[in-house]
Amino acid sequence: MSVAVHIEGLRRTFGTRSVLDGLALDIRRGEFVALLGASGTGKTTLLRILGALDRPDAGTVLVPEARTIVFQEPRLVPSKRVLGNVVVGLPRGDASRERGLRALAEVGLADHARAWPHTLSGGEAQRVALARALVREPELLLLDEPFAALDALTRLKMQDLVGDLVRRHRPAVLLVTHDVDEAVRLADRVAVLKDGDLVTDETVTTDRPRDATDPAFTALRRRLLADLGVREPAPVEEGAVR
Amino acid sequence: MTEASFPGLVVPRPKLPRPRRREVTLALRTAGPLALLGGWWLASATGVLSPDVLASPLTVLDAARELWSDGQLTDALRVSLTRAVLGLAFGLAAGLLLGVVTGFWRLGEELLDSPLQLLRALPFLSLVPLFMVWFGIGESARIILIAVATTFPMYVSTAGGVRNVDRRLLEAMRSFGLGGWQLVRQVVLPGALPSLLAGFRLSMTLSVIALIAAEEINSTSGIGYLMTQAQSFSRTDILSVCVLIYGILGICADLVARLAERVFMPWRVKEAAR
Ligand SMILES: Nc1ncnc2c1ncn2[C@@H]1O[C@H](COP(=O)(O)OP(=O)(O)OP(=O)(O)O)[C@@H](O)[C@H]1O
Ligand SMILES: [Mg+2]
Repeated sequence: MSVAVHIEGLRRTFGTRSVLDGLALDIRRGEFVALLGASGTGKTTLLRILGALDRPDAGTVLVPEARTIVFQEPRLVPSKRVLGNVVVGLPRGDASRERGLRALAEVGLADHARAWPHTLSGGEAQRVALARALVREPELLLLDEPFAALDALTRLKMQDLVGDLVRRHRPAVLLVTHDVDEAVRLADRVAVLKDGDLVTDETVTTDRPRDATDPAFTALRRRLLADLGVREPAPVEEGAVR
Repeated sequence: MTEASFPGLVVPRPKLPRPRRREVTLALRTAGPLALLGGWWLASATGVLSPDVLASPLTVLDAARELWSDGQLTDALRVSLTRAVLGLAFGLAAGLLLGVVTGFWRLGEELLDSPLQLLRALPFLSLVPLFMVWFGIGESARIILIAVATTFPMYVSTAGGVRNVDRRLLEAMRSFGLGGWQLVRQVVLPGALPSLLAGFRLSMTLSVIALIAAEEINSTSGIGYLMTQAQSFSRTDILSVCVLIYGILGICADLVARLAERVFMPWRVKEAAR
């Protein structure tokens, strides 16, 4: 088993509150882990530490050299065209251009290569951010609620797109999300962060493509929601509700 | 657990500024001016700098004490500072007003920007003789000269800062019913504050330059007058005192700008890039 992320005894304190407190997590190469947790539990903080944007106060953190982040907002440079944003930081030249165009084609935005970021819709901008992360061929892809600002339909399409791209490129993925369905649909493993540590860490065994009405799916979903403090109605009514 | 047991993995190393103790910051900030003083003292003590060119720090200190004790220095300072502060106040107000008008309203820009750019290009020192004809050789001519000189840097910075305020933020605030003066006061000015403070710093420096020019207009008081007199008696020690005072005024202006930044932009003090 080859490891892509190794975290042990991780602690991060803001003021007097330890947001992360003795957290341990291992992610294998090519594994897709979804991280759930209530607002303010420190999911973004964990991601920022893995992406070398924040510093841990204690503990061991090991990550691959090649890693990229997709933030909750697209964070595109307004003074660069779409293609320029995708290849930002890569060596100049035709090779990078080619790679950038290929990445844009993969997210379905080949026609927008010369557009300015402010002319893009929210979903398009987020797809550019995804292309920018993938073009570097990361061994670890960090996603911080990348679909949170999107409408339900675009979100479903984006989830399929990410699932597709990840299967093709096989990076290790840590996806932070509030959407339990999204986590169970996409991930190999689902973890719940609470009070500074992971309270749940479950492998998803259902076969892909996953069906939300599958009993194993709904059972896992209910367990995760319970860990998050949400009580679900009894299973009989569920078909009617959803 | 080390990196060795996980081949290919590295410890993420954030490039973050380490939090620094206040005393360290203060020491680093004062080191520059102190080094300048030290260099001056060393050059005088070793004779590299002859007293005819520039007096040694100790002589200058003596001269300052002498000027202080017979009241000349306090008088000159009071007069000069009043001129500089009054002129600067008018200049900043005018620059701010014009900058907001041209930066925020398109009509304002179309009407005012080109004439202002034209006036800005005139070297204000060349206006001194004209001002003497127009406003006489009294106090008002001096204050107007300083005001005119300090208007333009403030104007250019303000207009730029106002124009750069996030359009999407303005759009959002308009949808909540904010408009006109409210929008300017609550969103535009706080957003443009970094530019405003940059303009303030530039204008402040220029006000001292304009002060020197203004005090050469047939003046009988102020630091400029003190300098003119020292010049005719070849007192380099008094000349140095005056130059030092200008330098100290510059540092004080910077402190005021820093303080304003702290007071008006509390969210920038502990900046976090999240
Ligand atoms: N720079 C900071 N200074 C002080 N407190 C911080 C800082 N960054 C984060 N926090 C605190 O740490 C806690 C965790 O923040 P974090 O952004 O990781 O939460 P999150 O799990 O991503 O929440 P959400 O789901 O709402 O995005 C929050 O309570 C937040 O107030
Ligand atoms: Mg977050």
